[in-house]
Amino acid sequence: MESWRRSLPAFAAFAGPTTLWLLVFFLIPLGIIWMYSFGENVSLTEIETTWTFENYRRIFEPEIATLFWRTVKLAAITTFFCLVIGYPVALVIATAEQKWKPWLLLLIMLPFWTNLLIRTYAMLNILGTQGRVNGLLEWGWQFLDGGAALVGLDGLFGERFVPVRFLGTELGVVIGLVYVHLPFAILPLYSAMERLDRSYLEASMDLGGGQIRTFFLILVPLTSAGLVTAAIITFIPALGSFLTPDLLGRGQVDMIANVIERQFKKANDWPFGSALSLFLLYVTFIILAIRAIVDMQNAKGRRA
Amino acid sequence: MSAGPFQYARKTSMRTIFVLATIFLYAPIIVLVVFSFNDSRRGGNVIWRGFTTDYYVKAFNNASLVEAFVNSIAIALISTIFAVILGAMTAVLLWRWRFPFKPVYEGLVALPIVIPEICMGVALAAFFVASGFTISPDAPWPFNLGNIIIAHITFSFPFAAMVIRTRLQSFPPEMAEAARDLGASEYQVFRDILIPHMVPGLIAGALLAFTLSLDDFVITFFTSGPNTVTFPVKVYSMVRFSVTPEINAASTILILMTLALTFIAIRLQKPSEMTK
Repeated sequence: MESWRRSLPAFAAFAGPTTLWLLVFFLIPLGIIWMYSFGENVSLTEIETTWTFENYRRIFEPEIATLFWRTVKLAAITTFFCLVIGYPVALVIATAEQKWKPWLLLLIMLPFWTNLLIRTYAMLNILGTQGRVNGLLEWGWQFLDGGAALVGLDGLFGERFVPVRFLGTELGVVIGLVYVHLPFAILPLYSAMERLDRSYLEASMDLGGGQIRTFFLILVPLTSAGLVTAAIITFIPALGSFLTPDLLGRGQVDMIANVIERQFKKANDWPFGSALSLFLLYVTFIILAIRAIVDMQNAKGRRA
Repeated sequence: MSAGPFQYARKTSMRTIFVLATIFLYAPIIVLVVFSFNDSRRGGNVIWRGFTTDYYVKAFNNASLVEAFVNSIAIALISTIFAVILGAMTAVLLWRWRFPFKPVYEGLVALPIVIPEICMGVALAAFFVASGFTISPDAPWPFNLGNIIIAHITFSFPFAAMVIRTRLQSFPPEMAEAARDLGASEYQVFRDILIPHMVPGLIAGALLAFTLSLDDFVITFFTSGPNTVTFPVKVYSMVRFSVTPEINAASTILILMTLALTFIAIRLQKPSEMTK
């Protein structure tokens, strides 16, 4: 690497376009909503920045605070399930035979490259009260009910099959969110497992650690860095989800992005929408900052 | 079943979870594709009523759907070109030079990747309105898609930069030095040595940018006007209205396109190298 002063014209030629682009189409736009977040509507189309904190205060009103809490809760549940499902999946790929690895990885990543809207729509198709999932559940119920009748326990599982309501419930939204974010979680877990020094596992087994203890006391702690990355990489986009709660929640399970969208489209309250967006942005930054600090401390610890 | 300490891939329990997860990932898409051939007008995803390709014909005859599709492809192509150029310049910049506040600059470049999509969508929407930068929907095609293209370049070039920078890390600096010793100018070194080395990275970056552009809904939703609609935005408005086999058919076409792109990516970049 050379110093920028040594070849100033070339440096400027490479730095110029990117810097300009980021400034005009990224930083200034963010600056504008930052200004708007301290503003108020003076007419239908005009926003004046009056440096009021009113928009930020409104975030903490019960209605919006509840929505924020729900958003964090659903994103956290989603992250938890992505890790619980993703971990064994990544483990299988990481320990598969070398020639199978790329293909297994491709198998998991392929749905991820399919359009997000289409994947959410696919979920919408099968989660209805008359959808495939309920069809499957009903079939299972009939099977169990028949079994119960055989041993003289008629009606053990209820008089008749009651379809599970997925659409418009938190359950449906979480299923959708896990579906959409699962591959996000698998990749970092996989790469952490690939880097792992397997002799630790062998040592544990040799010393009589047993399968389960080796798994939870050796493997999981050794891949904790991957778990943290996977959690962050799942949690952050889940927090900002718009499509999944919109299509699967049917207006009953709004998350924060849905409220932001409403401010900018129907409600036409851009200052409040801007304040909400920036709040979401700050939350994201805080998570990333905590991560960076922890990383730095770990690096320091290793050097010491 | 006895397996070694790290042979989880051989364990029945682990394999079962893997298979179930795969089914979970694929079943919704497969159902969607199967029911695009279902001969039923409404609620086409409940009962199978026989095979038909009518809905593909219908989708192809739906002028606004086709228009949205063409728009999406045009936006993806144009924004990919710009994203790769900007991405390559950013990658070279970060790879070649030491400069003050470099970590801050690196963070700034990565920022469009990490910030929530909705924030970027509303920020760009507000910016286009406030700056009067809104391109008239009556402008000749594809210039009327300008706002969406700008938005797509902004969110996709950092990804391209990341991919290209990874490729640059394998560049042998001796090559450039040798060329300079033999009298090559700075520009010749760039054109004849560095760029050819970057090609695989450029292709990978382009495929990524193209896929990201084709996939984006949220940011496009905020930067598109009533007359400039992309495929995902169009499908979204149709889905809100009702669930029809026609949407399934249109979705299937896009899934096939994604598959084709993935196939190209694999041919260009051997999957055996993916895990490295």
